[in-house]
Amino acid sequence: MTNLTILIIVPLLTAIAVLFCRNSAQVKWTSFIGSLVQLGLASALMCAYISERAGGNTAQMLFQQRYSWYSALNIEYYIGVDGISIAMIMLTAFVVAAGILISWSVQTLTKEFFFLLLLLSVGAYGFFISLDLFTLFFFLEVAVIPKYLLIGIWGSGKKEYSAMKLALMLMGGSVFVLIGLLATYFATDIGGGVHTWDLLKISHLHISLQTQLYIFPFLFVGFGVFTALFPFHTWVPDGHSSAPTAASMFLAGISMKLGGYGCLRVATYLMPEAAQQYSWLIVLLATIAIIYGAFATLMQKDLKYMNAYSSVSHCGFILLGIGMLTKTAIIGAVMQMVSHGVMTALFFGAIGMIYERTHTRQISELGGLLKVLPFIGTVYIITGLCSLGLPGLSGFVAEMTVFVGAWQRPDAFHRIATILAAASIVVTAVYILRAAGKSVMGPIINEQYQNLKDASWNEKIASILLIAAILAIGIAPFWLYNLIAPDAQLIMENIAKGVTGN
Amino acid sequence: MNTDFFILMKSELSLTLIIFILLVLKVWDGIKDNATWLHIANTLLLLNFILGFIFNTDGSLFNGMYHTNGIVFLEKNILNFGTLLISMQAFDWLKTHKHVSEFYILLLTTLLGMFFMISSGNFLMFYLGLELASIPLAALVNFDLDKLKSSEAAVKMILSSAFASCIMLFGISMLYGTTGTLSFTEMPKLITGGGLQIMSLIFVFTGFAFKISSVPFHLWTADVYEGAPVSVTSYLSVISKAAIVFVFISILHTLFLNFESMWYNILFLTIVLTIVVGNLFAIRQDNIKRFLAFSSITQVGYILLGLSAGSAMGTTAVIYFLMVYIFSNLGAFGVIGLVSAHAQKENISDYKGFYKTNPFLSWVITISLFSLAGIPPTAGFFGKMFLVTAGASRGNYILVIIAALNMIISLYYYLRVVKAIFIDPNDTPIEKVSGSFSAKLALIICVIGLVATGFASCIYGYINSLTHLTP
Repeated sequence: MTNLTILIIVPLLTAIAVLFCRNSAQVKWTSFIGSLVQLGLASALMCAYISERAGGNTAQMLFQQRYSWYSALNIEYYIGVDGISIAMIMLTAFVVAAGILISWSVQTLTKEFFFLLLLLSVGAYGFFISLDLFTLFFFLEVAVIPKYLLIGIWGSGKKEYSAMKLALMLMGGSVFVLIGLLATYFATDIGGGVHTWDLLKISHLHISLQTQLYIFPFLFVGFGVFTALFPFHTWVPDGHSSAPTAASMFLAGISMKLGGYGCLRVATYLMPEAAQQYSWLIVLLATIAIIYGAFATLMQKDLKYMNAYSSVSHCGFILLGIGMLTKTAIIGAVMQMVSHGVMTALFFGAIGMIYERTHTRQISELGGLLKVLPFIGTVYIITGLCSLGLPGLSGFVAEMTVFVGAWQRPDAFHRIATILAAASIVVTAVYILRAAGKSVMGPIINEQYQNLKDASWNEKIASILLIAAILAIGIAPFWLYNLIAPDAQLIMENIAKGVTGN
Repeated sequence: MNTDFFILMKSELSLTLIIFILLVLKVWDGIKDNATWLHIANTLLLLNFILGFIFNTDGSLFNGMYHTNGIVFLEKNILNFGTLLISMQAFDWLKTHKHVSEFYILLLTTLLGMFFMISSGNFLMFYLGLELASIPLAALVNFDLDKLKSSEAAVKMILSSAFASCIMLFGISMLYGTTGTLSFTEMPKLITGGGLQIMSLIFVFTGFAFKISSVPFHLWTADVYEGAPVSVTSYLSVISKAAIVFVFISILHTLFLNFESMWYNILFLTIVLTIVVGNLFAIRQDNIKRFLAFSSITQVGYILLGLSAGSAMGTTAVIYFLMVYIFSNLGAFGVIGLVSAHAQKENISDYKGFYKTNPFLSWVITISLFSLAGIPPTAGFFGKMFLVTAGASRGNYILVIIAALNMIISLYYYLRVVKAIFIDPNDTPIEKVSGSFSAKLALIICVIGLVATGFASCIYGYINSLTHLTP
């Protein structure tokens, strides 16, 4: 599996096939099979990648493909992967498969629902493999609008408000990205006044510090909106809580990672000197997000709101890792992206399963679910433990790596930020244990809960898929680490080169 | 010479021929059935469109009064295509109308005027074309003969149009006074500065600003769009606007080349005002035609942004965008026209729950609106991207930032309509609209255009090769 375009074509064909299905069962099976094929392809791609690297291929990006698209503007369809992209693609494949399985009970407008889910995944896959900034932006935007319809049509609560807020804020983010990318494009010169969108080429050019200082905020804030950069995180709680289960999973599991990936790959990698200059601000905002998110979670009474705010806090670790600008911290940031993606998708999945049965998400109205719903209850507890950083699960590995990397910055400012961020884990433990204790353990407080049915086969497969990923990362982290480390090293070298070159 | 004349002016001649045929058929009075009329007209327009692709040779006639080249042919083809689509979409409305032949005769006369305008190499020719294009248009606006609003719109249209022509004519006369020529080839060298010439730039610019309804000369637009029949509204918003912009490009880029820094500053102000004001008004509209009127004002702002680049890159972006704009606007107006013809409803709130009864039309209008908002994978994304890229090529990022941020506002109001269609509950949605075959075909063409144009980069490449050939 070395032809990356297949990664876009398979979900696209699945989406088109869904349009021609005659009933909702066909729709579901088509999407499920499509996502399974995609998961298989992604795994095959990962194996091919690892064996290629083991064979001594040291090119920065593997499996490149390059076709001229709009030659007058130097726009190319240029794709390729490194370890970081592979990790993100695997994450996407897992979350998409699980999300489609969880949505088995969608009744209204099934065809449209699965079509939009698959369209969103096309955007995500395309984004992670793009090496041309225009193509990358194209796929980023493809992933925005389906969310509006997913939340608006199939959502719950104040869905119109949330959907509009989310669409406008993400659009705002992409507009910032657009401005940054245009400025980047016109700041490049590859001879004879010709500009380029080529990510690798731009990384080797030297853009003056002055220009970088203007461009970097646009790129970082733009992508930051997607990944809940404080103070642009306000779409997260509303968007997640109103979204249908699968859309929440996609949002938190994939969409927020688009932002993190963009902050790292585009903003930090292409504008290394500016990243250095602004890093204190990133660290500051990330620390605020971590602490604020954690305390805000404490106050929530609704399971989905709780998980949404905790996502703000957890995504803060991604930005903290990027802002620290040490190799270990960046590896930690990528690991956190993967770990949080899987973990939060599972979390939202579990909440969705609970909600579908009890028709409430209020913690106070739940209790003793473990007795009647042993499978779902267990899933909820596992993901909760992962969220609070229990060793052996993915959350611990990722957060630990971020902290270790952050600690390598010896000055007082970074030390304090690291300590504060680490301290937030205690708060996390409080809210997770409280919610799990109240809703899953304890006595059954509502008699009607006695008759609830435990997870169906599709929900079980979805949960097991994601739990397997969490365990794999938690037990054998070196494996993900080795995948990412060389590329994080390259990013760090680019940053160091920029600084010494000045 | 004689064959030259027929080949170079083939677009105009074929339109004249069609008008002539329709007149004869009208006088003959043998066709009683509207549907037959419409089929004949559509077939003739299709032939006319096909003719646009053959026998294309560059050249000029009448001492440079009239000229034509690759880019002019392309522009005429785009206009021909748009007119054909509009004619197909008008089927449901005209089927029961008393004056079908007159509609087509007026419509094609305005198109003829636009062709002359685009091909003009002299201000005389240009002005002739402009008037030929605008006066019958006012009669078309009045074509809902029993509606008072339609007449009101026509009066507003003719008055503001005459006013704009006056202003422009005044500017032209000053140019003539200072340079002693009306020819587009001789004039640029003689425009060197001086108070009168600067005044004339401002007057000519104002005239154009009226015609393309950019702020602050936009006030007639919403009323006229609302009062006119939907097909005429779509013609106004797409064809007539595109034609004027095509001419505007060459007037600014070649005629006033020496005043570039000056018109850039005027354009800068106009762009900002147009985009912001258009957006702010569009948010408040309830009538879907008025809503699209204001949204099209905003789109004009983006078109001017591309124009402000002052380079072949900008010209390519503008022509490309206008082509895409035909698909997106006609997709939206096509649906509105069908609904208006069958259900007589034109408010955004009437569209609540539209998806339940009309899934196909809902998707068409949604894709069109997404294209207008610049959401990928629709062609509108590419069109807008290229306009903004061209705008950014001058390095004026304040303008780019204002334009880009306004995309968020426009997304809001486009989503409002999408929300009404898909999300808002409604117990009595518009009933199933069963449009005619030709109207549906036109909509399908629009959707295919919207989805495919962006990926077929050869179209952009083709336009780009043409704009780089002609200065």
